[in-house]
Parts: sequence; structure tokens; C-alpha cells
Amino acid sequence: MNRSQAKLTQGIDWPIVGLYLALVIIGIMSIFAAEYRGEDNIWQDIIHLNKNYSRQMMWFGVSVVLASVIWLTDSKFFTATANLMYAGGLLLLLLVLAIGKDVKGSHSWLVIGGFQFQPAELTKLCTNLALAKYLSSQETDFTKLRSRLIAAAIALIPAGIIILQDETGLALVYFSFFLVMYREGLPGVLLVIAFSGIVLVLSALLVDKYVLFIIFSVITALVIYFMRREIKRKRSRLLVILGVYAFCSVFVMFIVPFAFTKVLKDYQVRRIEVMLGKENDPKATYNTRQSMIAIGSGGFWGKGYLKGTQTRYDFVPEQSTDFIFCTVGEDFGFLGSVIFLALYVSLLFRIIFVAERQRSTFSRVYAYGVASIVFFHLAINISMTIGLAPVIGIPLPLVSYGGSSLMTFTMLIFIMLRLDADRQMVLR
Amino acid sequence: MVVLIITRLFFLQIVEKKYAKLADANAVLRKVVYPSRGIIFDRKGRSILSNDVLYDLVVTPSSVKNIDTAYLCNILRIDKEEFRKRIVNAIVKNGRVRQSVFAALLPAEVFGQLQESMYLFQPGFELVPRQIRSYPYAAAANILGYIGEISPERLKDSAYASYNSGDYLGLAGLERTYESVLMGQRGIQYLVKDNLNRPQGAYEGGEFDSAAIAGKNLRLSLDIDLQQFGEKLMKGKMGSIVAIDPQTGGILAMVSAPTFDPNLLTGSYRSTNSVLLNRDTTKPTFNRAIQATYPPGSTFKPMIALVGLDEGVITPSFGYPCGGAYYGCSRPIKCEHHDAGHAANLRLALSHSCNSYFSHVYRLSVDASKFGGIRIGGLQKWSDYMSSFGFGHRIGVDVPSEARGTVPNPAFYDKMYKGSWNSCTSVFLGIGQGELTLSPLQMANAMCIVANRGSYFIPHFVQSIDNDNTNLLAKYKEKHIVAHITDTAYSAVIHGMADVITSGTGRIAQIEGISIGGKTGTVENYGFVDGKRVKLKNHAVFVAFAPAEKARIAIAVIVENSGFGARYAAPIASLMMEKYLKDSISTKRQALMKTVMETVTMDNAMVLKSKLDSLNATAALKKNGK
Repeated sequence: MNRSQAKLTQGIDWPIVGLYLALVIIGIMSIFAAEYRGEDNIWQDIIHLNKNYSRQMMWFGVSVVLASVIWLTDSKFFTATANLMYAGGLLLLLLVLAIGKDVKGSHSWLVIGGFQFQPAELTKLCTNLALAKYLSSQETDFTKLRSRLIAAAIALIPAGIIILQDETGLALVYFSFFLVMYREGLPGVLLVIAFSGIVLVLSALLVDKYVLFIIFSVITALVIYFMRREIKRKRSRLLVILGVYAFCSVFVMFIVPFAFTKVLKDYQVRRIEVMLGKENDPKATYNTRQSMIAIGSGGFWGKGYLKGTQTRYDFVPEQSTDFIFCTVGEDFGFLGSVIFLALYVSLLFRIIFVAERQRSTFSRVYAYGVASIVFFHLAINISMTIGLAPVIGIPLPLVSYGGSSLMTFTMLIFIMLRLDADRQMVLR
Repeated sequence: MVVLIITRLFFLQIVEKKYAKLADANAVLRKVVYPSRGIIFDRKGRSILSNDVLYDLVVTPSSVKNIDTAYLCNILRIDKEEFRKRIVNAIVKNGRVRQSVFAALLPAEVFGQLQESMYLFQPGFELVPRQIRSYPYAAAANILGYIGEISPERLKDSAYASYNSGDYLGLAGLERTYESVLMGQRGIQYLVKDNLNRPQGAYEGGEFDSAAIAGKNLRLSLDIDLQQFGEKLMKGKMGSIVAIDPQTGGILAMVSAPTFDPNLLTGSYRSTNSVLLNRDTTKPTFNRAIQATYPPGSTFKPMIALVGLDEGVITPSFGYPCGGAYYGCSRPIKCEHHDAGHAANLRLALSHSCNSYFSHVYRLSVDASKFGGIRIGGLQKWSDYMSSFGFGHRIGVDVPSEARGTVPNPAFYDKMYKGSWNSCTSVFLGIGQGELTLSPLQMANAMCIVANRGSYFIPHFVQSIDNDNTNLLAKYKEKHIVAHITDTAYSAVIHGMADVITSGTGRIAQIEGISIGGKTGTVENYGFVDGKRVKLKNHAVFVAFAPAEKARIAIAVIVENSGFGARYAAPIASLMMEKYLKDSISTKRQALMKTVMETVTMDNAMVLKSKLDSLNATAALKKNGK
């Protein structure tokens, strides 16, 4: 087949490509701003790849190649190989457990010919594909508990392995797949239960467990008193109420303390406690504090590009990677930050828009998966830089420095674009 | 979620202002740029001190890597243990990544050696220039004072708020009095720093920086040649010389002996030498010219005469029949002369220094009935005269630590004698003995008053400050009129004092072609030895002014424990005046000069105990070595 130039790009969703390019370029500029010292020889640094921004440029180049390859691949390839990729991804994760390298306290990196590579990033893509494949298959009936459990397992198995690699932040990302499942018919009651669970955990951390036990007892007594008529009519309701009461009590009295002392790492506990205002450890608050100073000092208009004193002189740790938003906040101020967020929100809405116009379940689930992952990364990352969430080390999609992350998001987005371009051709 | 984030951003970036301040505190380094300190010039425009640059070796502990420690220790002449200790101290004081002084103010030979091999020790070690004073004339140590690091106590004082720890400031002498003009105006540079406090360049392109303004220069009335000459004349003696230009009040020379080489109190040896000097038995850091007070002895007689003349109790022709002693009070006061007529009038009485005459005049003055006698107003009136002569209080010279001296008044004697006293109790005041004490500066200033016939300027060193915009010098431009003594009264006193030189007790002070008014004095000196009041060797005092008609120099010389006033004090004063007025000593008087310089009147035991000479020798060696 001899495809013409016009045909080559036929069906591509330009708004997403535009937003993608805008964010990647802002990312490279921000990394540059965080590193540039005034007397640096820019061309030399770019050629020798000895700065983060020059390496990010290289990764961007690699990403463009990857995107082109994906664009030229038949969309059927992705549906066909989804399960295979998932299996490959799991194998990679297990391989990391065996021969991985420790970087900054996490055992989640592979070293291939001088380059470091984090498979936990890539398996987001594999998992998304596998989940889409499973939910779109003929046998799956998502109203059944069995199907729901299998879907949950697909999402959480990689997360489990990643937790073993001490990369809790990225593991949390896999919980974003539940947003997809919600779209596909997971009952809202589960979300209510999940939300109650979070409230329970927080109260268990903030309030003394014996006080909580008394509060639960009082509430239960009151509920039984007010519902005495209904209980008389139906005895089983009493059992439900007492069951919830027993679960809550056991949860706050035993499970949460156990999780905090045995499962979570010390630094994670401290970060959560700091975020909740329970502890005021300057070491644990340093990152958040410096990050808030940088963003807060930007004011409305910002200090101007390359004028930020906090981000340029290394006050904010990890400012090319997890704390890259500080550069935007300091140099471009409130106005710039809002515009920057608007770009992301536009990207998210556009992805949801694209998802909703899909005719196949696979494409829709896949696109929702992309939106969920981007949303989760964005919300957690920005919240942590402005002190709304504990410091969880996950990057800002497309913007943070890091080849694994940039390439994973590039593939996530361009596979979605390929699927979208072919939405008219096949009904899957 | 996004709404939540934007709300939070709104509060962080727009509502809350503290983050901008915190960011500046994080990233902006305020660096003080030190101006060069003002220079001090003498009356002929010679710089009597200058700024030298010495180097500190500073260390940044975190950057010390792979250096030849043994070699560095060898250059610095320290051992490895000391090296380790200094590094630890530096880390404790300023942390690993900031600079701390490793070796302060390196001696020239160490600096030379170090500079050659500095590349071996960089970047952990650097040489940083520091300004220190040097004194090419090695004279006037007590006048100039010295500079040193600000003390922790002063740093807490709000008056020193502009100083930082480690800053130098004037701690004594003119350096201290004129600190505010000498220090100049410090510049401030705002630098951007990184998270490890390392400077990264100018903040906002240097927009907020202010340049350092050099300290202002002082121009003194001091003649450094005369000062050096005076210090040589006083060698081996204890005492002081104060020479003032009566026309301006400018001090020409102020010698306190024994003295020290001001170069001892600069550079790396300052603290060691300062301890040695303060501990020395001869007390060289005690400025005897303004801090010591003595009874003036017979040199006080002109002032007694002036009070008597002004009160009208005597006239210039008043005479007293002295027969060798004063018998007015129960105990006779001996006089050196007993021939008839040696006190036939004021002029004769002055030139012969008749004790009886001035005892009598004193009693006449204080007992004068118009003031109601000594107990009612007489002594008070007399002490008011003394006060207007500049006695009994600080005159206000521009070097710190001036002594007040003592002038007895009725309250003083009431306390001393429990109310039972009269003019006989205090009759010794008439011959400058007893409870009255003056500093040599006050004695010299009294000569200015006589020479000027009733006026003086507050004695001072600084004649002008370059580009002066302060009013520090205003009080030295103001003429003080003393009482309203008639011109004829002054003429009588001046003639009497001229006779002292031409035919009286001070003939040794004669200078060819110059008329001098002077007065010798021999001060009886009592001290306590093993708790008993004993008479010590007399202090020799001489006061003078020249030329007598229109004086250009007024001088007071005290040589402690050297006997009769004419013997050493008069020749020293005379040589000083000759040097100043004629610029050199005539060949005829070279022998006298030599004798005076070589004479040692200091107690032998004290000389032996003192380490001053060897200290001064090291300073001279250091200077010549440079």
C-alpha cells in the first residue's frame, strides 16, 4: 500500500498531540531553569549530555521515534499482544527484584548499558493494556464479583511486586485503575466504603485509639437506639450494625497500628504524620517546606524565567524530577501555575472526550486508564509540592526529568491515539 | 481536585507574603565590603600610620582533599595535632562548607612561602587579604591607639549594632575617639547563594549594592619629628612631656615614658604583645601625660599669683619680707632663699620661687573678706578659679581616659578634716603641694593660658578631618576666656617667668635668641612602702612657653623621681622647644642633648624587671625585616 503524506497523519487527534508537545517542552525548559547557572556553555552541555535537560532532550528524541513507530503499527497489534505484554511486564518486575539496582533507597532500577531504567513505569502501560483486554473480552461480565476480583488482581499484582521493590509511590498509581473500573460499572458503594476506609485510617492516626473506640461504641449505641423499630422488624440489621462496629474497632485498634509499625517504612510514617500536622520534624518537613517557599515566593506574576532563586540554587531537593512544579510556581507565579494546570486539565478532558467516542470497549477502557494514570500522577505530585499530600515520590507526567517516565507516558498516549485513529475501522 | 489545588496555590502565592521573605532569607547573602581605614597625618602631612595588607589563611573544611598536610604544617610551623585541632575548630565555628580562619595575619616569611605553593592546597585553603595598621615612625603609640577585633560584649551593645563578629575597630587613642570617621562607610553587596551558602553571583545584577566609602583621613597638629625626639629624650626615664601650640590648642607632642613601639600591637602578635605590655612593671600602656596626676609644685606659683592679682589682694609691686621661711602658720614653711628683698615684688618672688611669698598670697586670696573668708566663700571662689584654668575636671582632649586631677573645695576639706580647717590647713596649696593634683596636660594647658594672657583652646590632636561633615571638631575651635585678669597682671607674671630663665632657677633652659617664660618645680613625693607613708625621691617638673612675647609652644615636662626640677625637666623642655622653634639643636647644646638622652633615672630594679626594651627591639627587627 502506498500511503500519501496526507494519509499518514489521517485520524490523529491534534489537540492531544499539541498538549503533549507543550507539556514536554515546558518540562525541558523547567529542567533547564533548575540547572542553569549563567556561565554554563549550553551547546557543550547539550552535545555532551552531561546535564539533566540535555538528557531529557535526548529522551524526547527517543520518544518521538517511539511515537512514530507506534503510529505506524497496526492497532490490532496492541489488542493482540496485550496479555503477552502484561506477562512480559510482570517478568521484568520480577527480574528487577532479582538483579535490580538500588537508587535512592528503592530497588526498582535495571541498568542496561549505562542507562538506568525503571520497569515499574513501563508496567503501567502493560497493566492498562491487559485490563482493557480483560474488560473487553466476551466472557467478562463486570456485574459479577468474580470478574471484578480478576480485574482488581490484574491491577494490583504489579503493585504488590513494586511494593516489594520499595517504590511505594509508583505502586499507589495502580490504584488509579479502580477509577476505570468505576466507569465500567463498579458500584458507587465501593467508593463510599473506600472513602470511609480513608477516614477511618486518618482518624486512627489523629485520635487516640481508645477515644475512638469509645466514640464508635457511643455511635453504635445511638444508631441501635434510633433504629430500634427497624431492628425489631428485621433482626439481621442488628447483626450488620454490630459487624460494622466490630470491624471499625478492630481496624483502628489493631490493623492501623500494625500497618504503621510493621508494613510502612519509618520515613513514610513520618511523612504522613508531618502532613497531618502530628509531628514537626524539620528534617521530614524540609522538602515540603522548601518547595512551598519556592512556589509561594513566586507571587502572582512570578519572578520571571531563570530568575527564581530557590529552584536555581538547589534549595528544593529533587527539583528536576518530583519537585519540577516548583520551577513553574516560582518563575511564573500564580498565573503561570494556573495556565500550566489548565494545560493538564485540557489534556485530561480531551482524553476523556476521546475515550467516550470509542466504539470498542478495549479502546474506551484503555483511554480511561490513561486519563486515570495521568490524573493520579498530577493530583498527587502537585498536592505534595504545595503541602496538601505527603511526599510520595511520583513524577509529573511528561514534565519531570526521567527517561522511563517520559517514554511510558509517550507510549500510553500514542497507543491511545493509534486506537482512536482506527476507531471507525473495526469494532472490537 | 484541581479546584482544591488552585485554591491552595492562591493562598500560597498571593495571600501569604511570608514565602517571598523566606525565599530571600534562603537565597540572598548580605556581604559587607570593608573600606580602607582613614590614614592619620601629622602637621607636616607625613602619614604617621598607614594601612598594610596581611593575609589570613582561610579553610573550607569540606573542600580539603588530597593535600600534603605535613608540608602545610611545616610552612605554618605547626604540628599535625594542631592542624587537626584547627580544622575541628573551623567546623565547629562555621560548618564544613563555609570559610573559617585557619591562620590569621600570616607573618611575611610564612606568607611568602605559602603563596608560592598555594596551588598545592587549593581549593580547600585560600589566602584572604586583611587590612592592618603599620607605623613607619614607630612613635606616638599611646596617642594613636590601636585597632582590634570587637569583643563579644560590645557586639551585644546596641551602640555597636553595625559591627559583625570579627570586625576590627579602634580600641584606644585616636583610633577609638575617631572610629566613626576613620572606619568609613561599609559597602553592602547582595549575593545570591545556593543551598550550601556558596555565593553564586550578584543579586539582581547588583542593583541593591552600595559601594564602600573609604575612611576619612585625620590631620593632626602633632609633629612626628618632635614626638620622636621627645620619646628619645625621655628614654630611661618615667614621666611625660606635653607640648601645645597655644594659638590653636593643637598638641604638638605628647610623650609618655617609658613607651612602646606601636607596631607591637598590630598583626598576628597583637594579643600576645598586648598582654606582655599590660603586665610590664613600667606600665607603658598607661598614658602618663593624661592619665597620671601629680602635685604641680612650684610650677603652680604663676597661677597663685594670677588669682591674687585678679582678686585684688596683691598688685604686681606687692612684696613680702621673706627671711628664709614662712611663719604665718604654726609650722614654718622653708624657703630656698633668705637674702633680703628676694621677694620684694611679684616678678622677683616668681623668679626666685619664694615659698613664703606664695604661701602668703594663697592665704590672702582665700581669706579675702569680700568673699566672707575661707570657710564661707574664699576657698570656693579659689577653686572656681582653678576650675576655669582647666583643673579638677577633664579638659576634653580627643584621646580617651583623661584624668580629672584634684582641686580641693570646702566640701573636700569638710570631709577630710571633719569641719575643722582654715587657710593654714591648706597653706601648702600656695606652693603647689598638698591635695591639689594636675595631669601634665593640665599643666601644659595652664601655660597656654598664661602665654595667651587669659584664653585657651581645648587641647586636641586632630586639626582637620578630610571632607569633614561631622561636628566632632567644633569644640576645639572655640576660644575659652579664663576669668578677667588684667593684661598688666599677666605681664607681671610673664616677666617673672622670663626672669626664671634668664636669671632664676631655670637658667639651663635658655635657648639662644628666643625669650622663654618658664617655671621649675620640685614635687615632694610620698608613697607607701610596706604600708608606711615614706618620702620618695622628688619629681622634677618644668613648665614653659616660648617665645615669651607671642608663644608658639607651651610645654610641661615631668620626670618622676629625678630630683630637682631644673636638672632634667628643664633641659628636656628646652630641647623640645628648640627643636620645634628652630628645627634642630644647636651644636653647642648637642652635648646636653646626648647627656639627657643617655641618663637613666628610672629605678634600677624596675628596669631589670621590665621586658619593654626587648619587646621594642623585636618590633624594630620585624620592621627592618620587612
